[in-house]
Amino acid sequence: MNVQPMVALSGVTKTFTKGNVTALREIDLQIGPGEFVSLIGPSGCGKSTLLRLIGDLTPPTAGTVTVNGKPAPQARADHDYGMVFQDSVLFDWRTVEKNVALPLELLGWDRAKRKARVEEMLRLVELQGFGGHHPWQLSGGMQMRVAIARALSFEPSLLLMDEPFGALDEMTRERLNIELLEIWRRTESTVVFVTHSISEAVFLSTRVVVMSPRPGRIAGMVDIDLPQPRTADTREEPRFFELVTEVRELLRGVGADEHGSVLAEVSE
Amino acid sequence: MTVVAEPTRRGTVVRTIRTRAAEWIPAIVVFCLAIVAWQLIIDVFHIQKFLLPKPLAIVKAFWNERGTLWSAGWLTLKEALVGFGIGCGLAIASAVLLARFRRVSGALMPVAIAANAIPIIAFSPIFDAWFDPLSIWPRAATAAVLCFFPVFVNTLRGLTSVRPAQVELMRSYAAGEIDIFRRVRVPTALPFVFAALKVATVLAMIGAIVADYFGTFGSLGIAIKNAVSLFDFETAWAAILIASILGVALYVAVSLAERIALQWDPTRQERGSA
Repeated sequence: MNVQPMVALSGVTKTFTKGNVTALREIDLQIGPGEFVSLIGPSGCGKSTLLRLIGDLTPPTAGTVTVNGKPAPQARADHDYGMVFQDSVLFDWRTVEKNVALPLELLGWDRAKRKARVEEMLRLVELQGFGGHHPWQLSGGMQMRVAIARALSFEPSLLLMDEPFGALDEMTRERLNIELLEIWRRTESTVVFVTHSISEAVFLSTRVVVMSPRPGRIAGMVDIDLPQPRTADTREEPRFFELVTEVRELLRGVGADEHGSVLAEVSE
Repeated sequence: MTVVAEPTRRGTVVRTIRTRAAEWIPAIVVFCLAIVAWQLIIDVFHIQKFLLPKPLAIVKAFWNERGTLWSAGWLTLKEALVGFGIGCGLAIASAVLLARFRRVSGALMPVAIAANAIPIIAFSPIFDAWFDPLSIWPRAATAAVLCFFPVFVNTLRGLTSVRPAQVELMRSYAAGEIDIFRRVRVPTALPFVFAALKVATVLAMIGAIVADYFGTFGSLGIAIKNAVSLFDFETAWAAILIASILGVALYVAVSLAERIALQWDPTRQERGSA
């Protein structure tokens, strides 16, 4: 790649002193700008840890993490990425509007600018008119959309998502998948997406990174050449099934069963 | 946290008031019935008035002595309020300070909980030696010390019981400790603080009145004591009635503040607010 990668990991190892568990061993991975990369693997393969390393929420034991051309801590300080967690992590005491505005407040934006951007973001995730509600008045899917709006509100070039739709029902999840792709296309951001679901990974990504457990390593990568824009029909194309099978075969090779769940012991 | 979608409550204020009133009616009916029963039981069983005067007699004494009783009540309320303010203020300040130093708070927490179990009211006569016994300070000090521990322990618990994911989110925005404190710790602690403040209103009144018993000229405690020594039980009960009214008023004031400050809290109803 000639272009400067958005995320570059080289020789990254992560050992947790507690229990002396090696979560990740010598990971090398480059993610280019505009890519949508999914990390998939059985529980305990360290995919969430990998995401937290990129976000500088935990330091690597060895190796270097570069984000947007800078060391990861600098990228975090510069607000180069937005993060979405499995649980939407909204603040009950803030309205939807104020939740979305939280990063903007921390960046010191003035009120008028915040208000304009929040409105724009709520339109993006189709939650116009819900700005005055409190998070607990919304459904799980709507809460997740608020979390996505919050992560995107300050226009980070990178979006880190840790199983954001894992707790949602299948139908909500598929609808949000399509919305997320739409947002990704419109904002031209780079996405790193952790998931347990093979079909979700294939549907969303331009590239799927398959990881093996204990210690976590990259077992293989699958380029997803499904045409854009992807729609509900994409899931019924023969090529979609071929790619799902390819990812599944790779996962089977690393000791996960069909559903991508654990055969190895859990240590995440 | 629930993930159930709830309809908006806007435009239903009238209905809310009506349901609230409906909720209160049974309690009011029970209260009135209890008063009537009280009056009747004394008549039927010929209960001596030093054991229990009739409600009507208490109301009459209340009316006749209203001037002295209210000024006594005001003095005791002042003691309780000053004690409440100082005790709760110091408690919250200490908790905020200790929340910053986790190790110190870990060492102090067991001590604080143990201190909380001490019958602090026993120190009340000592405060008369520490402060000018003619000022409100010995009584205010008793109320303050009584208020301090529950508010301190609860505030500290609230400040340290933040959800780790919320702190992690703030860190992902490169937020500093002060931002995390203001935007995560304080809102998380508020329900704990208000629960403790409500308890503290009751403790402040108890502290002030019991401390009054040791001899505060013109106070509610002394009004009760003197009336009893003169066998004027109606007046003693009337003074108790004033103490109750003031205590309830203080509690309601804090509850209202809580209601305003915690409008966002979905679990407030379940936690049982007054």
